[in-house]
Amino acid sequence: MERMNLENLNYVNRPVRKKDAMSLVTGQPVYMDDIVGSNCLIVKVLRSPHAHALIRKINTEKALKVAGIACVLTYKDMPQTRFTMAGQSYPEPSPYDRLILDQRIRFVGDAVAIVAGKDEKSVDQALKRIKVDYEVLEPLLDFHTAKDNPILIHPEEDWKSLAPVGADNQRNLCASGLEKDGDVDAVLDSCEYVVEGTYHTKACQQAMMETFRTYTELDAYGRLKVVSSTQIPFHVRRILSTALDIPKSQIRVCKPRIGGGFGAKQTVVAEVYPAIVTMKTGKPAKMIFSRYESQIASSPRHEMEVKVRLGSDKDGIIKAIDVYTLSNTGAFGEHGPTTVGLSGHKTIPLYGKAEAFSFRYDVVYTNHMSAGAYRGYGATQGLFAVESAVNELAAKINMDPVTIREINMVKEGQVMPAYYGETNTSCALDRCMARAKEMMGWNQKYPAKDMGDGKVRGVGVAMCMQGSGISGLDVGSATIKLNDDGFYTLSIGATDMGTGCDTILAQIAAEELDCPIDDIAVHGVDTDTSPYDCGSYASSTTYVTGQAVVNACRKLKERIGQYEAEHPGMSLKDIANSSMCGNTLALEVTEMHSSPVSPPPFMVGMAEVEVDKETGNVELIDYVAVVDCGTPVNPNLARVQVEGGLVQGIGMALHENIQYNDLGQMRNNSFMQYKLPTRQDIGDIRVEFENSYEESGPYGAKSIGEIVINTPSPAIAQAIYHATGLQFRELPITPEKIAMGLLES
Amino acid sequence: MITIRKYVRAESLEQAYELNQKRTNRILGGMLWMKMSSNTVQNVIDLTDVVSAAIIEEEDSFVIGAMTCLRALETHEGLNRYTDGAVKESLRHIVGVQFRNVATVGGSVYGRFGFSDVLTMLLALDTYVELYRGGVVPLETYAEMPYDTDIIVNIIIKKTAMKTAYVSSRNTKTDFPVLACAVSFRNDEKRVVIGARPQKAMVIQAEDDVMKLSEEEAESLSELLAAQVYNQVKTSSNMRGSGEYRRHLAKVLTKRACMQILKEGGKN
Amino acid sequence: MLIKLWLNGEVVRDHIDPDTLLLDFVRKHGCASVKRGCETANCGLCTVLLEGKPVLSCSTLAARAEGMHVVTLEGLQDEAREFGEFLADQGADQCGFCNPGFIMNILAMMEELDDPDDEEVKEYLAGNLCRCSGFVGQMRSIQAYMKYKKGGA
Repeated sequence: MERMNLENLNYVNRPVRKKDAMSLVTGQPVYMDDIVGSNCLIVKVLRSPHAHALIRKINTEKALKVAGIACVLTYKDMPQTRFTMAGQSYPEPSPYDRLILDQRIRFVGDAVAIVAGKDEKSVDQALKRIKVDYEVLEPLLDFHTAKDNPILIHPEEDWKSLAPVGADNQRNLCASGLEKDGDVDAVLDSCEYVVEGTYHTKACQQAMMETFRTYTELDAYGRLKVVSSTQIPFHVRRILSTALDIPKSQIRVCKPRIGGGFGAKQTVVAEVYPAIVTMKTGKPAKMIFSRYESQIASSPRHEMEVKVRLGSDKDGIIKAIDVYTLSNTGAFGEHGPTTVGLSGHKTIPLYGKAEAFSFRYDVVYTNHMSAGAYRGYGATQGLFAVESAVNELAAKINMDPVTIREINMVKEGQVMPAYYGETNTSCALDRCMARAKEMMGWNQKYPAKDMGDGKVRGVGVAMCMQGSGISGLDVGSATIKLNDDGFYTLSIGATDMGTGCDTILAQIAAEELDCPIDDIAVHGVDTDTSPYDCGSYASSTTYVTGQAVVNACRKLKERIGQYEAEHPGMSLKDIANSSMCGNTLALEVTEMHSSPVSPPPFMVGMAEVEVDKETGNVELIDYVAVVDCGTPVNPNLARVQVEGGLVQGIGMALHENIQYNDLGQMRNNSFMQYKLPTRQDIGDIRVEFENSYEESGPYGAKSIGEIVINTPSPAIAQAIYHATGLQFRELPITPEKIAMGLLES
Repeated sequence: MITIRKYVRAESLEQAYELNQKRTNRILGGMLWMKMSSNTVQNVIDLTDVVSAAIIEEEDSFVIGAMTCLRALETHEGLNRYTDGAVKESLRHIVGVQFRNVATVGGSVYGRFGFSDVLTMLLALDTYVELYRGGVVPLETYAEMPYDTDIIVNIIIKKTAMKTAYVSSRNTKTDFPVLACAVSFRNDEKRVVIGARPQKAMVIQAEDDVMKLSEEEAESLSELLAAQVYNQVKTSSNMRGSGEYRRHLAKVLTKRACMQILKEGGKN
Repeated sequence: MLIKLWLNGEVVRDHIDPDTLLLDFVRKHGCASVKRGCETANCGLCTVLLEGKPVLSCSTLAARAEGMHVVTLEGLQDEAREFGEFLADQGADQCGFCNPGFIMNILAMMEELDDPDDEEVKEYLAGNLCRCSGFVGQMRSIQAYMKYKKGGA
């Protein structure tokens, strides 16, 4: 693709207001529970109090007698086709290890029975009246001991893995593998400096404001119509077909506006429950997860423990990187085999001078809730480890952590062996670092400053990368159609989850078609009518679907040109109107796009914290972030992506403290116990862009959605290290850990 | 979510009291905590029409109707003048303005919750609980009483001359405290109240060796009192922190609150 | 039981269960802007004005609002649009799910506080969670809105 001149654009690289903004700010009824009829069954799930058990007997008689109850379903009523809830392209790397309801219970909160009734009260009453006789089994709760543990999470014979990911249910392995280049041990042996550390990140919750929810009904044709708050409508269709054991042709999935996702809704968390109720009863049904359920039985980040060995020569040139990741996928394998990959693939390539690397991993089953996809998708965990290790290396050789990055960072044009051998085609990481350093006043503030009164300020740095879609796999499509009077409709299968992709893709279309953006009407996703798109995840929408829009618009222009050639002298309006009579040339084009590469965006983050050495309290004074996402198609929306991602990252670093008790109950089961950062918990957050130009992306764009969550954990950990001398390798870094650490030291 | 069979808007305190004698009935405060139980209540008793929601400042006291919301206390000029802003400081971290517009002071005091900033603050002041049947009881006594079926009508804060300070430590700004500390210095008494231990707030009176020190010796006095608190406070662990950390915080916060009173004229 | 209240200026009479929450009541009566984000009174999505004061409708019994004035964003459409333009201009509306409760509380703040500074704004709005925006764009929009209300720009 040719390089565009960004100067003369009308819409791309412009801060256009989101097309749905005024609906949202005036509170219009546009979400799932606002648009479905009130006359539907309420569906709820009976959840297990045990982490590991077999259902000996389950008695639903009394529950069925509650007035208004339409059905009570147990494992005996379920189709016996195993499936995965992971929203991934077929054949999914995630193992087929689930039934909608199973006789074996695998975590506290696992689904035991499904109840549907006319209102909440009757359903609640029925839930209380189900009698379950459990054979309680010893749970497997410590993921360090999971591999080859005699307690098996998935002993069943019909468990299957569709892809060669090193899975083995007889060993509690959801995936395992090894990738390497060169002899990492030999190179490490020859290094002047070596650091080694183990870093632990927890299963943070996406905590989008709208919980999981789905409505289902049979439409006029007797097909199952699903209205779901999802990032992956087409995958929902396929997964439901397997789970319900009905043909895909019998399912239609529609996506309304959705109240946030961050990856949580890349898993089919809620859909199966109302769907089976509608299939069994023929009646409309909805399931709305409570916040409690969203906390204890959903799809959080994979808990990971990442061991890093890092070696450099005497000048700080990093020669070898060894990463071993142990990932806890919990009771089911959703996104287990794929998230782990990013802990190596999105960390090791940052250091362009390494002569050898090794990346090993095990993904294990335990009796925790299943993990899933959360913004950053394994990269976040890996980057906390590798970036912290680089910071520790810098401390060991007494080098400024900015300098060690400046002399080691990957450069544009370099081949990245640990990143599928891809070439780094667009990279402004060096400029990001230089600008961040300037914004933070790094040279004045590094490493720390005593503020008196027991308060110390410290600064920390981290850099990161992500991908732009999954190379050679993700597909995005766009259908663009010319309508009466010359307006266009743009149909996409990508899912706007609040990020604004409907608007961003319309900006691209308006630019290509040289028309006002108001002349582009965007249609949300309906699997019956939208062109196929794998969905909005893996930071793919702008980069992959955006290019499909470019291609579709260009084809449509050619078509219009063709029509014009046959009917000269017509305005666009005339063409549009006359093309609706006596015409056989469709002024409608669908284009599908996929990219053989996944060009990484890059980013630098710097934190300044003030630590109260007596209480251990941390005030985040300032966070500076400079991002290279290629061309930001909508600078406003890109900026808010960065700010939002940073604050989620800050929560992960300092506040969001997942705690399990000995029985395997997740105790942070509400917003009272799972503390998201509030607007008072963040200091200044300052974001700038240093754009590179990615020739394979639309108008030079790469991605932004995920990378933004990666820097806070390592940067804040280092800032705290500089302020206190304490190196934290486990998140979150709570005031207690700091205060008690300082008392001991 | 709680199940409520009947809602009764009480027409008299007597009627409310009578209803409240049945174990299956409940008085309605702000309902923030009650809502989260999964109990069934036969009658909830709404006191809106029979218990005041106003703060009346009299010459020697503040009379606070039990239905007064926390936000009203937080923004009350007289109370904050009297406490050098300590009341505001004790309340402003509780979740959010909308929450504090709903939560009632009567509910908070009746609950005697371990995490309660309200109880911690009020115990540092010369506070009394006016019960419909039980008469006026010092808050310190009330705090130790078992949960009963009487009705709190007013909270009375006497304007005893004192200087107060409130400090707390929290994992996020609007979370429950990991530890809360209210300190008041009267002519004849210095008291430290430690809340969120995480058990119910406890009162620690300064011992003679602290009382002997002149307030001029701010640093020594604060440290001595903090050391005394460190030795006497009982703390334990929960999700927000360990007993050991809390004990450490009790010392740190006590010292800070004292220094605030002695050095900064108590301004919270 | 039968209750009567004013919802966005209109009298509403309805039979309710004694434990009907104000949140469910107003949603049933056409005010879908009011959202439920948690069960523990922590998120602020369900903020409505009760007798002019911002309260959590998830924790208020509908029965308690008997005879009172309840206002939701449906009753403040002009104000919502006026502030919303500023939010939209930052792209900070994002998924939108928290917007109505957030805007309700901003409007309450404008009534209650006189020219608040940034810290006072943050404190007043601390009970309104947002997981998309990181709050920073929201703050920019509030600053621009307050400037505009003061006749600045």
